[in-house]
Amino acid sequence: MTISERSDGPSPALVPAKKHDGEALLKVTGLRKHFPIKKGLFQRQAGAVRAVDELDFEVWPGETLGVVGESGCGKSTMGRLITRLLEPSAGTVEFEGRDITHLGVGAMRPLRRDVQMIFQDPYSSLNPRHTIGTIVGAPFRLQRVSPAGGVRKEVQRLLSVVGLNPEHYNRYPHEFSGGQRQRVGIARALALNPKLVVADEPVSALDVSIQAQVVNLLDDLQQELGLTYVIIAHDLSVVRHVSDRIAVMYLGKIVELADRDSLYRAPMHPYTKALMSAVPIPDPRRKNAKSGRILLNGDVPSPISPPSGCRFHTRCWKATELCGTTEPPLLEVRHGRQVACHHPENVDDPAPPDAALLTATKEAFERLWTGDPAGSEPMR
Amino acid sequence: MLAYLIRRLFAAAVMLVVIIMVVFCIFFLVPEWAGVDIASSFVGKQADPAAVAAVREKLGLSDPIFVQVWEFFKGIFAGRTYAAGGEVTHCAAPCFGYSFRSEQAVWPVLTDRLPVTLGLALGAAVLWVVVGVAAGVLSALKRGSLWDRGAMVVALAGVSLPIYFTGLLSLAVFAFGLKWLDAQYVPLEQSFTGWLGGMILPWITLAFLYAAMYARITRATMLEVLGEDYIRTARAKGLREHTVVGKHAMRSTMTPLLTMLGMDLGALIGGAILTESTFNLPGLGRAILDATRNQDLPIVLGVTLITSLAVLLANLAVDVLYAVIDPRVRLA
Amino acid sequence: MTAFLDVRDLKVHFPTDDGLVKSVDGLSFQLEKGQTLGIVGESGSGKSVTSLAVMGLHTAGQYGKRKARISGEIWLDGTELLAADPDHVRRLRGREMAMIFQDPLSALHPYYTIGKQIVEAYRIHHDVGAKAARRRAVEMLDRVGIPQPDKRVDSYPHEFSGGMRQRAMIAMSLVNNPELLIADEPTTALDVTVQAQILDLIRDLQREFGSAVVIITHDLGVVAELADDILVMYGGRCVERGPADELFHEPRHPYTWGLLGSMPRLDRDQQERLIPVKGSPPSLINRPSGCAFNPRCPYADVPKDDVTRTVRPELTEVGGRHWAACHMSAEQQKRIWAEEIAPKL
Repeated sequence: MTISERSDGPSPALVPAKKHDGEALLKVTGLRKHFPIKKGLFQRQAGAVRAVDELDFEVWPGETLGVVGESGCGKSTMGRLITRLLEPSAGTVEFEGRDITHLGVGAMRPLRRDVQMIFQDPYSSLNPRHTIGTIVGAPFRLQRVSPAGGVRKEVQRLLSVVGLNPEHYNRYPHEFSGGQRQRVGIARALALNPKLVVADEPVSALDVSIQAQVVNLLDDLQQELGLTYVIIAHDLSVVRHVSDRIAVMYLGKIVELADRDSLYRAPMHPYTKALMSAVPIPDPRRKNAKSGRILLNGDVPSPISPPSGCRFHTRCWKATELCGTTEPPLLEVRHGRQVACHHPENVDDPAPPDAALLTATKEAFERLWTGDPAGSEPMR
Repeated sequence: MLAYLIRRLFAAAVMLVVIIMVVFCIFFLVPEWAGVDIASSFVGKQADPAAVAAVREKLGLSDPIFVQVWEFFKGIFAGRTYAAGGEVTHCAAPCFGYSFRSEQAVWPVLTDRLPVTLGLALGAAVLWVVVGVAAGVLSALKRGSLWDRGAMVVALAGVSLPIYFTGLLSLAVFAFGLKWLDAQYVPLEQSFTGWLGGMILPWITLAFLYAAMYARITRATMLEVLGEDYIRTARAKGLREHTVVGKHAMRSTMTPLLTMLGMDLGALIGGAILTESTFNLPGLGRAILDATRNQDLPIVLGVTLITSLAVLLANLAVDVLYAVIDPRVRLA
Repeated sequence: MTAFLDVRDLKVHFPTDDGLVKSVDGLSFQLEKGQTLGIVGESGSGKSVTSLAVMGLHTAGQYGKRKARISGEIWLDGTELLAADPDHVRRLRGREMAMIFQDPLSALHPYYTIGKQIVEAYRIHHDVGAKAARRRAVEMLDRVGIPQPDKRVDSYPHEFSGGMRQRAMIAMSLVNNPELLIADEPTTALDVTVQAQILDLIRDLQREFGSAVVIITHDLGVVAELADDILVMYGGRCVERGPADELFHEPRHPYTWGLLGSMPRLDRDQQERLIPVKGSPPSLINRPSGCAFNPRCPYADVPKDDVTRTVRPELTEVGGRHWAACHMSAEQQKRIWAEEIAPKL
């Protein structure tokens, strides 16, 4: 039985995915990046690190696409490919319907206004010898844009938008804390009113309390400026908090792509399920509930010689012979839910058909996750 | 590893051929293009035109360029015979050319001079590695102390003072003033103590410069390594401090030093020109200096080639040793 | 009678060009064998500095003039470590107390094989031959779940994956059966699925060896999984300490509330917004007088204002084995948590 047959069943999604009218802001088809490895006496190409392999997805205007996965899954490479900091080995990247896959540096320049990037490390991504004003104002000079009221005024406006004191215009990065630096990086990314912002681990270098400030800031900016985000992160809780739709990557492939709520409520790919169950829950009362945790064996295999068939089959508890031989394609199982698995989870469960059941499930979930409210009295 | 070695040796050979061609062009062809008669430079400026013509024929200087280069290469492996008129000069393989100025083949000159330079370079290297590394480690461990500051001032002096100055000063004080040592080079075969006496001052002079550099590098590297996480781990295991520094930290400090040592030795084999001329040592540096002064181009060519070869081999040795020390370096 | 590990009024100050950095400024806690203490705090809160002080690693290998100034008492199994002979403390390191570090790649020497490093750790404290020590290393690697331990013992750290390296690091720290194990951010450098494996391993090993464990982390999820007691640090001092369950379900200090509110949680329904702590961590040189959290505290105005700004709150018992350092009264704390904070989480 194949997945497409199953998806014909009368099971509507728990939460229907948003309808997208018109054109995708970013459309990626068959995107691939292989880094060659050279070996031997004559330095022949002996193989390749298959960092990103055949990705297909769209990013719709105004949404946040979260990309989550463990180290080596290719999520950062993907970010660099769609912002064209790297040249794809194959496939196409379309921005607003225009093919930008192989545009040269010159032809990319006008597009750099529309696509901006926020980096992980606020310490190394800001030039220590430039003032904050110079850093945030650089996009104007590079793109030869003169904003109304002058660059200085505009930079100060941007600084206050991201919650920094505009009077800090002449200070240097080392005078700021990690969270403030990340705000500077965000101000720089916003300078030219981009349409798409790609953020690679924007909060993972920050402390918990600061992380929350930056997450909220990104949220506010999206509301106010109508930005579209692609947020790449390894932290599942952060990704869930910020994203509308989420792509889960494993070894260079998207294994599941779905809207946030259905993904977290009922993950279909075993890897998604394992990944979510591995996150430590900040509640000691659930310590004993950890028996339900799925502990994956071993480590992520090498992207140089990924496993045959389904790349996850070496660590998957549901793997069958089919998984070792045939690679499952990323198929739409329900409206807005794509999964690449021969034996997906949570598919045969009949979804609640009406609103009453939906609330009931939600309540059941709450009880399950937070523990019985009757037991919340501390033990003395 | 083997594939890597073969590839590197092959690359070294290609590099050597390129060097020979470039050197050849510089020494033989550029003067010609500039309208300077090389043949007359071989016999001397006052030589009569007939002698110049004879030399030109003998050296094949009227042949096309590529023939000249080919003859030179062939000479290295098969030897070469220079003949013009009745005069025949044979230069046995490996023939690196024939000096008509001093009327001798270049190769024996090189083999004669090389041991002197080798002795100077290796002896000084032992000295500077021991002194430099020890001073550097001590300075690192006593950072900020009087010893550290003193050692670094001396090191700064060592780096900045020219060899003529330190060399002549040491000669003046120890050889001529105190008369502790003889400032005369004695070949090793003749007398070991004589050789030692003649080499001590050059060693110290040369080692002073290099020890200063090594002390500074060792100090900086050691300080960096002592801040590494794995040094903290070593202490957390309960290791004694001298094991932590002497074993764990030292091993990592050695890597950049080794790279430097390889490069420095390679370059010094080509002749420590200043040291050798200051102390009047008959080494390669002295040879190239004299040859330049006498416009004895074949000798200059020969020394240049030896130098290039030494640097190439030293580089290769460093790369291989690096892989031995640091298991992360994969020679593939 | 002192606890197995008893830290009293620990202060660790570092002289720098800018002034005296008071990384830890009066910290006390106790830990018994078989128990796990979680120390939670953000960068610069002094949690790692504390662990290094217990291990005696601020003074060992301290070269140059600028020495850390450490005062207070650290009792381990009846011995006071700060006043003890440094060589005696060195002999305790690795044998009585061992440590696991955050980044196993940089914490292992890149030039020595895993086996050599474990053997070295074993042979400093045990008079055994090379062969016996190697057998022990293989046995430990096997115990921490490294496949083919007799082969992998000869691998170099860079040939291991991140998770395997951390397992090897754990094997090395446990090779002498230490009674105290300090794990400083043991899973921060690892992926989630690997983190789950390592946390599982630490829990199992503790059960097996019965040692006291201090786990230092910024991740509340990790302490919730492992710790019996939790200590929250802010600006070099403990702001709240208590049984794990109470810390999560009845926290008393506004900073603890802030940590809980900053964290997006997978186990709850989607929060609309996170509740971050405003501002940035305090300077460790010019510490705010009074409560260090005062400039960032949303409830600074609740108790008497002048007290918060001038008097440093001491840890006071607010429940069974539960202490908090806050000027608000226990009733105020309870009320604000129940009415204002808990419903928003």
